[in-house]
Amino acid sequence: MSVLVYIQTQDGTATKAGLEVASFAKNMNVGDVTALVSGTLSGDGGLGSVGVSKVLHFSEAVTDNAQLSKLTQAAAKNAAASTIVFSGNNDGNAIAPRVAIALNVGYVSGVTCLPEGKTFTRNVFSGKATAAVNVLSDVRVISITPNSFGIKPDAVDASVETFSADIGAQRVVINGFTPTSNDGSVPLPEAERVVSAGRGLKGPENWGIVEDLARALGATTACSRPVGDMGWRPHHEHVGQTGLTIRPDLYIACGISGAIQHLAGVNQSKVIVVINTDPEAPFFKAADYGIVGDVFEVLPKLTEAIKAL
Amino acid sequence: MKLLVCISKAPDTTSRIAFTDGDKRFDESGVQFIVNPYDEWYALVRAIELVEAHGGSVTTITVGDTTCDPIIRKALAIGASDAVRIDANPTDSSQVARLIANYANDKSYDIIFAGKESIDNNSSAVPAMIAECMDLPYVAFATSIDVDGDVSTLNCESTGGTNNVTVHGAFVLSATKGMAEQKIPNMRGIMSARTKPLTVVEDSGVTAPTEVSKFTLPPAKGDCVMVDADNAADLVRLLREEAKII
Ligand SMILES: Cc1cc2nc3c(=O)[nH]c(=O)nc-3n(C[C@H](O)[C@H](O)[C@H](O)COP(=O)(O)OP(=O)(O)OC[C@H]3O[C@@H](n4cnc5c(N)ncnc54)[C@H](O)[C@@H]3O)c2cc1C
Repeated sequence: MSVLVYIQTQDGTATKAGLEVASFAKNMNVGDVTALVSGTLSGDGGLGSVGVSKVLHFSEAVTDNAQLSKLTQAAAKNAAASTIVFSGNNDGNAIAPRVAIALNVGYVSGVTCLPEGKTFTRNVFSGKATAAVNVLSDVRVISITPNSFGIKPDAVDASVETFSADIGAQRVVINGFTPTSNDGSVPLPEAERVVSAGRGLKGPENWGIVEDLARALGATTACSRPVGDMGWRPHHEHVGQTGLTIRPDLYIACGISGAIQHLAGVNQSKVIVVINTDPEAPFFKAADYGIVGDVFEVLPKLTEAIKAL
Repeated sequence: MKLLVCISKAPDTTSRIAFTDGDKRFDESGVQFIVNPYDEWYALVRAIELVEAHGGSVTTITVGDTTCDPIIRKALAIGASDAVRIDANPTDSSQVARLIANYANDKSYDIIFAGKESIDNNSSAVPAMIAECMDLPYVAFATSIDVDGDVSTLNCESTGGTNNVTVHGAFVLSATKGMAEQKIPNMRGIMSARTKPLTVVEDSGVTAPTEVSKFTLPPAKGDCVMVDADNAADLVRLLREEAKII
């Protein structure tokens, strides 16, 4: 038995999400971990460091999810994989379901912890509940929620093998790519620390104090829905039931009331800090630490205290 | 243009979440259902806009029993031309996708729309699965679409950024925020929805390769530790020494 992981790379090295997927697969403890990489790869892409024993390298960079599905199916056959693991980010979520259909096997998306036998745990109802899902087929495809498992170093020697397969024609052509952030911060779904702000900030011109705190913490910024809707912040920062669901280690909510739809996207964060002038704000009920206070006074103080660490 | 939009019913975002049947099934009693917001606000509204601009029809398709009819009428009131309901009670995304694909296979839709995920199951799987069943291209997490004859150009959210992509011919897309603005049905829409065709299709019978063994509610959160606003530095100390998070 073996586990196949689909790994995304940047400049030839596995991304954080990729290393997490490989770590998860290794820790499932059901056999050797084989990684599938398409496009540029330098050395083993860092994959041996998290327990991958073999890397199948398809030299051409593939982006069309239909082609990636075919490529994964071929790699799964090559590795005789009984479990195929993807990151539950946008890219993984577009490929994994296709693979499950093509192989006619069960698919569990958004897995948050290691399985017990054939039972996987995932979040449902936008984080308001979890479901234990049994996979009835002999082979299974899963995607794991980014930042739910983490990267667990476990160095082995990884062999790299050139891999080829018939993946059909490309039908979705990419004309251009615009990165969401050009400041080099971690994409929101993968971020370990997030500083988020809402209508309490009063206007887009006041985001400096939010960004300062985020920078001091090495955090990524997020916002509530009305803030995205009013164009104070870009749409991709919107978290909640109709935005991104995230689970950072630390979520700092500044001037956000904590409406149920907002909480749905963030309540799995490991530690929640709430800063709000209203002691009755519902967010305090979901928080681990709270400050009743004005963000315009509190945030600069926090930034200073963090810089002083 | 012949468009198909997948819509599902979802519990209203403020619903109390509870389970029944030994925690194997969502307890629907007293729950208000809405059209899944991603299906409605983004997929359906944009499909209607495209047909208004280019001509054609928007058909909605739903897998579910008669309890879905109110949300189907809502979609018709917003402006869909007609609706199809596949009379089945699916328990798994692949079942939903296979039933929709079985229906759509010989109907030559130009584009099949879906929301990026449902707010109850959150799998983000059905549109990709439909695409695989029908061997169609799939554009995931689309934030805009323009159509010119046989060529569609879309922006879509990829990991860490936005891709601008082109696709020729029929394909499946999943829609997310940015695609369209929420559209409130007007009185005329609501009246005409009553007489628009809703075709009920028999379950073509597909089995589910997964099953939920148990739903669980998250443990209640402990008390929030309050820190004085004048002593914000104390919070930083707690985050380091107590929570060990920074
Ligand atoms: C179907 C549906 C889906 C939704 N999806 C989402 C979603 O995905 N994400 C989301 O966020 N919302 C969502 N909403 C909206 C949600 O219900 C709330 O309206 C929204 O989250 C409120 O945003 P907010 O907290 O920024 O603003 P408000 O509710 O206006 O809260 C502002 C807060 O700032 C505090 N404040 C004001 N001044 C200061 C100050 N100087 N210092 C400190 N605190 C201050 C106030 O006390 C208040 O608590 C959805 C709603 C619906 C109906």
